[in-house]
Amino acid sequence: MESTLEPGPSRRSFIDWLLGTSAAAFIVSVLYPVSRYLVPPPAGESSAASVTLPIRAEDVKPNTGQIFKFGSKPAILVRTAAGELRAFSAVCTHLNCTVQYRPDLAEIWCACHNGHFDLKGQNVSGPPPRPLDAYVINVRGSQIVVSKGT
Amino acid sequence: MPSAAGSRGRLWTWLDERVGLAEMEKLVRKKQVPIHRHRLWYYFGGMTLFLFGIQVVTGILLLLYYRPSAEEAYESVQFLMAEVQFGWLIRSVHAWSANLMVAVLFIHLFSVLLLKAYRRPREITWVSGVALFGITLAFGFTGYLLPWNELAYFATKVGTEITGALPVVGHFTLRLLRGGDEVTGATLTRFYGIHVAILPAIVTLILGLHLYLVQKHGMSVPPSVERAGGPRRTMPFVPDFLLRDMVGWLSALAVLAALAAFLPAELGRKADPFAPAPIGIKPEWYFMFMFQTLKYLPSTILGIEGEIVGIVGFGLAGLFLLLLPFLDRRAEHGGRSTIFTWIGIGMIAFVIVLTYLGYTASPTQ
Repeated sequence: MESTLEPGPSRRSFIDWLLGTSAAAFIVSVLYPVSRYLVPPPAGESSAASVTLPIRAEDVKPNTGQIFKFGSKPAILVRTAAGELRAFSAVCTHLNCTVQYRPDLAEIWCACHNGHFDLKGQNVSGPPPRPLDAYVINVRGSQIVVSKGT
Repeated sequence: MPSAAGSRGRLWTWLDERVGLAEMEKLVRKKQVPIHRHRLWYYFGGMTLFLFGIQVVTGILLLLYYRPSAEEAYESVQFLMAEVQFGWLIRSVHAWSANLMVAVLFIHLFSVLLLKAYRRPREITWVSGVALFGITLAFGFTGYLLPWNELAYFATKVGTEITGALPVVGHFTLRLLRGGDEVTGATLTRFYGIHVAILPAIVTLILGLHLYLVQKHGMSVPPSVERAGGPRRTMPFVPDFLLRDMVGWLSALAVLAALAAFLPAELGRKADPFAPAPIGIKPEWYFMFMFQTLKYLPSTILGIEGEIVGIVGFGLAGLFLLLLPFLDRRAEHGGRSTIFTWIGIGMIAFVIVLTYLGYTASPTQ
């Protein structure tokens, strides 16, 4: 009843409302696909739970380390001076750089911010907050198979 | 008016009727630059603009040979440096001009801060200037990766990983920047798009606003000069100030040419995601003070991860800079705001000391 008394303002405010919400809906309908487009799709997480290295066990000398591909990420294979083979993720726990083996220190070392890890993967000095992830090594004949433990 | 226009020939008259040359000329002639003992600092804005112009021109030239993919980027830059005539020159000028531009921009920003030129009615000029400063740093960060060499690869890895440490939005921002979870060819393509299209588009808008506001309000006279009183002296922008400006530009061009010729930009080794990080990883010098600060922070501060405290701290400092005209109420009313002068000097000292330490401190500390 009240609205029939003053049809003008209520009709105007209705149209304002209609225009406003349409404009907002239009903007959202443009921005939503664009914003979704900008976010990259989730990469298929490498499901590789183990990898056979293209290196023969007897070719890995004591007190050396080398980087290998574990799925899509770098990992490091180390043979200690005592002859034991070990493997860790080569991604520094500090800021994601790739670590390397330092034969002079018998340590795993990250050049980016001078982080040191011992040969058990423990962060022993520098900024890294956590140890390197350790992998399990199985040697079958001369084949080295690295897997993500349990 | 017709007689004045007529004396300039028919072409001038023809153009004037269509585009309004006389009005433009009036506008140009009207512009005056105040003369006082701090006027040296007026030249740094124009110098930044000149170096930006060089970036646009050399950047467009580089586009003609550059290929934005992980497989081809390094090789295309190598080809440009070794085979293309003067390719080394164009790339070196682009790299050096970027560095000079950031340096001059630092001087421009801090001189405007210390001379309190952000006072009413120039608040928006200041805010747009700080935005341009942020965009310039983004240009530097994205451009650094494009040659796809080892140093740039790991610097980008570390730089983007730092954003990942941000609370709540960290992981999302990291993926958005990298175009995935890791720094890959997708990151390179993304940085390329940002560097050559998105940032230039934003810069065009904000720089247009910034320059328009500078024209609208004219040069700010520092409060100390205003308080001293006395007669106000000015010089016409055209030709007096512009000619002086051009002396600066020519000098900058000479410095650029010398740097590019004697210290050409290096390329280094191609990025290899499965190689250990090389020794001597460092960011561009203008990020060094932040990088070095993060190194000094303990792993936890009051129970919060040290890195997050650092990143949030720099974010707040940036916000402080952006909102400075609205915080410094005293300068707005023509009073002395000594505390903001000291904050400005403190910021300059912090940047200089930490940058110095970044290059001299032993990496084992």
